[in-house]
Parts: sequence; C-alpha cells; structure tokens
Amino acid sequence: MPPVIVVEQLTKTFGDVVALDHLDLSVDEGEVHGFLGPNGAGKSTTIRVLLGLLRRDAGHVRVLGGDPWRDAVRLHSRLAYVPGDVHLWPTLTGGEAIDLLGKLRGGLDRRRREGLIERFQLDPTKRCATYSKGNRQKVALVAAFASTVELYLLDEPTSGLDPLMDTVFQACVREAIAGGATVLLSSHILAEVEALGDRVTIIRDGRSVESGTLAELRQLTRTNVRAETHRPPGDLTAIAGVHAVSVGADGRVELEVEPDALTEVMRHLTEAGIRSLVSTPPSLQQLFLRHYDLSVPTAPDVVGTTSTSVSAADDATSP
Amino acid sequence: MTAATRMTGTTAASAPDDAEHGHALTGTGTLVRVALRRDRIVLPVWLVVVSGLLVASIVSVTGLYGTEAERVAYATVASASAVARAFDGPMSGTSLGAVTMTEVFGVLAVLIGIMCSQAVVRHTRLEEESGRAELVGSAVVGRHARLTAAVIVLTGISLVTAAATTVTLLAHDLPVAGSMLAGLALAGVGVTFGSLTLVGAQVTASARTANGIGAAAVGIAFLLRAVGDAAGEVAASGVKVVSAWPSWLSPIGWGQQARAFEDERWWVLGLFVAASAAATAVAFVLSVHRDVGAGMHPPRSGPAVASRATATALGLAWRLQRGGLVMWSVGVAVIAAALGGIGEQAGELVATSDELAAALAALGSADALIDLYFGFVFGIVGLLAAAAMVQGLLRLRSEEAAGRLEPLLATACSRGRWLTSHAVCAIGGGGLVLVVAGLIAGFTDAAVAGSFDRFGSLVAAALVQFPAALVLAGVAIAATGLLPRWAAAVGWGAVGVAFVVGQLGALFGLPQAALNVSPFTHVPLVPAEPVVWLPLLLSLLVAAALAAVGTLALHHRDIRS
Repeated sequence: MPPVIVVEQLTKTFGDVVALDHLDLSVDEGEVHGFLGPNGAGKSTTIRVLLGLLRRDAGHVRVLGGDPWRDAVRLHSRLAYVPGDVHLWPTLTGGEAIDLLGKLRGGLDRRRREGLIERFQLDPTKRCATYSKGNRQKVALVAAFASTVELYLLDEPTSGLDPLMDTVFQACVREAIAGGATVLLSSHILAEVEALGDRVTIIRDGRSVESGTLAELRQLTRTNVRAETHRPPGDLTAIAGVHAVSVGADGRVELEVEPDALTEVMRHLTEAGIRSLVSTPPSLQQLFLRHYDLSVPTAPDVVGTTSTSVSAADDATSP
Repeated sequence: MTAATRMTGTTAASAPDDAEHGHALTGTGTLVRVALRRDRIVLPVWLVVVSGLLVASIVSVTGLYGTEAERVAYATVASASAVARAFDGPMSGTSLGAVTMTEVFGVLAVLIGIMCSQAVVRHTRLEEESGRAELVGSAVVGRHARLTAAVIVLTGISLVTAAATTVTLLAHDLPVAGSMLAGLALAGVGVTFGSLTLVGAQVTASARTANGIGAAAVGIAFLLRAVGDAAGEVAASGVKVVSAWPSWLSPIGWGQQARAFEDERWWVLGLFVAASAAATAVAFVLSVHRDVGAGMHPPRSGPAVASRATATALGLAWRLQRGGLVMWSVGVAVIAAALGGIGEQAGELVATSDELAAALAALGSADALIDLYFGFVFGIVGLLAAAAMVQGLLRLRSEEAAGRLEPLLATACSRGRWLTSHAVCAIGGGGLVLVVAGLIAGFTDAAVAGSFDRFGSLVAAALVQFPAALVLAGVAIAATGLLPRWAAAVGWGAVGVAFVVGQLGALFGLPQAALNVSPFTHVPLVPAEPVVWLPLLLSLLVAAALAAVGTLALHHRDIRS
C-alpha cells in the first residue's frame, strides 16, 4: 500500500531563508505519525506545502496519491487541517465558523458535531472575537473531527488546550484512527506524540534528522537506570557507554546506559547487591535533546544541577 | 538572604518609586517612540500629499486670479453661489491667501481629519485587537500610558502638519499671521477628529468600526458645514459670507470661520482646544471602565449553527463586506440627494470655472448647462463607487494577512472561488452604489425641477461610470495577486490618482497624457454627451485584463500572512 504522504527532498526558500532543505517524510495509512521539531524547524511550512498553500521550490510531494499544489481542492475534501494558531472571523460565532469550515470541506456529521462541542466544552454561540486561543483551537478541532476524512493534518493542535481537553483530543485522534484515518501530528510536546504516535520524524533546520518507530529510535538511545545497592557499585563511569552517573548520599545511584553497556552495568550492580532497581526506557525528551545537541546532561552537569536545585530548595524553605 | 525575601525586597523597594513617578503613565515615552517608528512611512506620505495639494492650490489660484480685480470677480461669484459655498466653504475676502483658503481648506481638513483618526485607531484599538496591547500591558506600562501616548502622537503629528502648512504658505510670500492661523486651524481640525475617534475607539471593540466612526465624524462635519455655508448670507461687501449656525457645529467649519488672511479670528482655536480636551477626557473615563480588548458593550452571543447562506464562500464574503457596503450606499445616497437637489442651480457653479464657462458658451442653453453639471458630478459618484469596490476587494488581502484565508483554503474551497466570492460582493456593491446614486439624484432632481424629464439620463449618467470603476477594481485584484504586501497601497493609490487627475487635474493644468491615466477621463459626460460605447468597452477590457492577471498571479503564489 503506498504511503498517504510522501515527501522527498522537499526544498522551500523564502528569499534568502531556507525554510526546508531536502526534507523527507513518509506517512503510512492508518498511523499517527509524530512530526517533531523545535519552533522554526519547518513543521508548519511542511504542512502548508502539503496543503498546497505554499509552492515547493524542489522535491517530490504526494498527498493521498495527488499533487497537493495542482489537486488542492480535490484533496482537501478528503483531509482536515487544524493549525496551531487558529484565526477566525471575529463577527462569526464559533458554531457558524465550524459549519462554514465543515460545509466548505464537503459537509460534516451533525451528530458528531454536537457531541464534539459537548466534549470540548465549547460555547458555540459566542463570537469568535471573544474566544481565547484554546477556544479558537477547539473550533478548528470540532470542525476537523466532525468531518469524515481520510487524513488529518494537525499542526501543534493542542498548544492552547488545558490537560483535560488534551485528553479529549487524544481520544478524538484514537477514534479517527480506529475509523481508518491517518494522522500527521506536528508537535513539540513530546508526551503527546509518545501517547499517540506510532512512528515519528524528527526535523531540524528544515531537514529530517531521524525517522522511525519509537521503539527503533529508543534503540539508538540510553536506558535510565536507578538502583539502590548494599555496597557502593564501584566506578561505573569507567564503563564505555555509561553517562550521567550520580551517586546519592543514601547509596542510590542513577545513570544513563547505552544498549551495549547494559550487561556490563547490570553485572556491576549485581555484584554490589541490588536492593531496588528501576529501569525506564529513554523518554522522547532525551531523544529529542540528543538530536538538537541541547546538552544531553553529562555526569558533572547532572551533579552540578542537582546541587544547585537542592540549595535553591533549601533557600526557599529557610526563613 | 533567601530568594523569597530578595523578591519581596525588590518589590517593596520599587513600589514607592512607582508612586513617585505616576505609575499610570509609566512607559508612555517608549510607546510614543514605538508608534512613531511604526508610522515612519505613512505619516511622511500624508504630509507630502497635504503640502503638495496646498502648493498646487496656491500656484493655481495665483495663476488664475493673479490680480485683485480677478479675485474680486471670483469672490463675488463664489459668494453668491450656494453650490460653491456648499462645496468649497465661505468666502472670507479677496486676498490671495483668503481665496486659496476657500479653495483648499475643506479638502485639507478632510485629509488631515482622516489621517489623525486613522493614526489614533492604529495606536489604540488596533493594538488591542491584535493582542499586542495585552503583551505590552503586561510589561512595565502604566494603565493610562497607551491612551496618553496616542494623545501625544496625535498632537505631535497635528503640530507637524501645522508647521508644514505654515512654512508652505510663508514660502509663497503670504502674510505671517494668516499662515500661522491656517496651520494651527488645520492642526486643530486634526486633533479634534483624532480625539473624537479616541472616544469611538473606546466604545467599539473593532478597529474597522473605530475607523468607520472617525470617517463618519469627518463626513458629518463636512456635511454640516456644507449646509451651514449654503444657507449662509452674503455680506454687504459681496465678497464675504456669513455662514448659518450648522457650520459652527463642525470642526471643519471652525477652521474656515477662523478666516486666516482676512481679519483673523484667533479665538476660534479655543473651540478646538475645548472640544479635544472634552473628548479626550471622555475617552480616558471610558477606558478605565472597560477591560483591555473589550468595547463598552459586552458582545452579544449569536446563533450556534450557521444559516445555509453563511456557510458558503459567497455567504462569508457578504457577511464580511455588508457593513462597509451599507455605509457606502447610505453615504453616496446622501451625496446624490444633495447633488440632485442643486442641479437646477448648477449655472452658478459652472460660471466660476473658466474652462466650464468656455464649454458652456459652445453649448448655449440652460438645460445644456445643467446636463454638463450632472456630467461632472457623476464623475465624483463614479469615483466613490470605485472606492467602495476597492475597499471590498482589499478584504482579500486583509483576510490573507490576518491568517483567516489559510483555514478556508485548507477546505475544498478553491482560490478562484474565494476570489470570486469577494469580487462579486465588492463589484456588485459598487454597482449598487451607482444605481442608488442615479435613482436618488434622479428623484431629487425631479422633485426640484417638477418633472421627470432628466430622470432616465441621470440614471444613465450613473451607470456609465461602472466600467471606469471596474478598472480601479481590476487594479486592486491585480495588486492582490502580484504585490500582496502592497495591495492596499496600490489600490488606494489608484483611487487617489483618479481623484487627483479627475477632480483636480484641470485645476492643476495637467497635460492630456496625464489626464488619460484615469479611467474616468474616458467616461462620456452623460447627460451632456451621448453614451458612447467604445470607451466603455475598452475600459471593460482593461478591467478584465487586470482581473485576469491578478487571478492568475494569485493561483501561482504562496499564501502568506
């Protein structure tokens, strides 16, 4: 089955600024594909190219088997878009905006519309001018999920939602997937992608730097180990592939371990006599930081940070 | 010392500081500088236009009425004509300065009124609407800082305009006292309309409406003084007009009543000060009784479900444009009623212009004279209809710039359908303006003349303007496609060029090649001339070509906010 979205070597420049630089992206049918990157990495630009709002300078782009620039209108009746920053018509009510966007897309399911308005706790009689950012986003989300489409392009769709609404949003995405749809979810909120995503593509400076399933990506990174031992476990920092070691006063040790070093670390810990052991897979956060060189904390760093935070806490509680 | 006590210490130390420096105004200076920086292009452009118009007017008056005898003749005719009084204002004497002021003060006052009211909206309500005011308000900025900054900017730009006016007049060897009074009177007009708009910007939550309130204030002020001056009496000297009371209700009227260059009435400036101070005080009082971003009335809730009509591209375009179109239609209807009502007196007006008088000699009859008058005034109506179209079409770009186009085009609505929806509303609206103007001018003329003989030809005189107005609409569409960021400047610039060429071209003695630039130059002077189809068809072709270029360009460019 051909992928729903194919992007190969996509390049887009605005004057001197290279927004997208030979970007690759492939989204399979029926998956939630996380599209990760920091602000300004080119996520929104990519999605605007996928929508045919921007014209690509070079590269190959297919959406639902069509050319997003040439076949925009035909494709748009099969997809729904939620921007991160929703701008609506100030004099229209939220309900009118939902109906307008839904009808222009080719109609929406009236019962689902009512259900979504209730779940998102949106007052559809208010003018859009009076909505907060989160409420404007709800309007776009209701309009999108009330339509029956094959593809959802969601560009940081929850940046204005509170955690409760976030849960509703995740449920909506799962229902859409259950109904056979495909979702491209751009985000810099990693927990969101971790909760929903099957595969992720990480981009930076307009280029894809990593793509794969979460499991695959974790393979590339470190496992967090936290252990209490009877005796000090010896010098763990000497083992190749061990990072961010911190030894607490109470005999607790925390460290990050590359997959290849796991056996060796476990041997050390076992010899020291394990009292308790917690091992967690690398969070996407760490994965993310690694790709952006945003200082994946090294051992001295961690110690330094810890001591600072401890003293700061002391500071705050002392009279 | 702990972090907590450090924090408290800082707060405690800075609090009395704030009280000393009047914390309600903290940050005003910075806001003024930001405002001036944002306006660094638009304000100089206004100044150049105003000064240029003034220079052109001085030069033309000097050329046409160089001698005292010529000016006495002109002033006598212009004083005696109710139509001339309504359009230009009251004659105050026969000096070069006085005649120049009568010719140009009204136009300059309208321009400065609009310049100042728009500047005020830009720095108050528009900032709130965009959300920037909230961001700025969260910084170290006092509660009254924004409004105070707007008042300072308003006063500043008015005084700079006054200085430019005074210097221009002095440079043409006009008396010092009159030059200063003329400048200050214009500044007074600017500050007064700016202050009135400041109140409007507190009442409504929409910058667009606030701009409308400002423009309406200017329009009403112009009408009030037109009525007052038309109803005024000619003084015994025959070259001076004593206006009726409605002129004293209008800031534009005050400026004319100051009588620069002829027994100056300096005390009139006090009216500007009093009115501006009162309006500003009201604005400040209103501003503390509302939230940032809100108007005086809580917004009403509306339907939870869109009607069948609203949920279409055309329905949306109509929803967005209808307010503006209603305002244009009502405004033009009022003007058309006035124009139709005074057609019978047209002879007086035409007699004040050499060119028209020459044309009249060739025509011969009184009816022909009235026809000529209607031919000319419907050119103004045509330009207003074109302005209505351009304003509607510039919605295209403003929707795109506001980011509202993106979600729309992400649906199955094509670029062409979106463009067409707005074009239908804007062009249809402009056409409606013309029809309304033709019908109303026809009816009022029939009421005054006592016969419907001219009715059909007046409606025709309105309708022949349509192709020329379409050309300006075409320019707006082409600019939207080709130069989106400059669409508003190009669109309004085209209207401005057509206005200067059509209404002032003869006054300035522009060559025919320059006159030909305006599509309205090619409109037959119906009813004085027969309807000639060729120029109308050519205008339609040019308009269609411009629209096609714009549409094509829109289909091939990025959508950018």
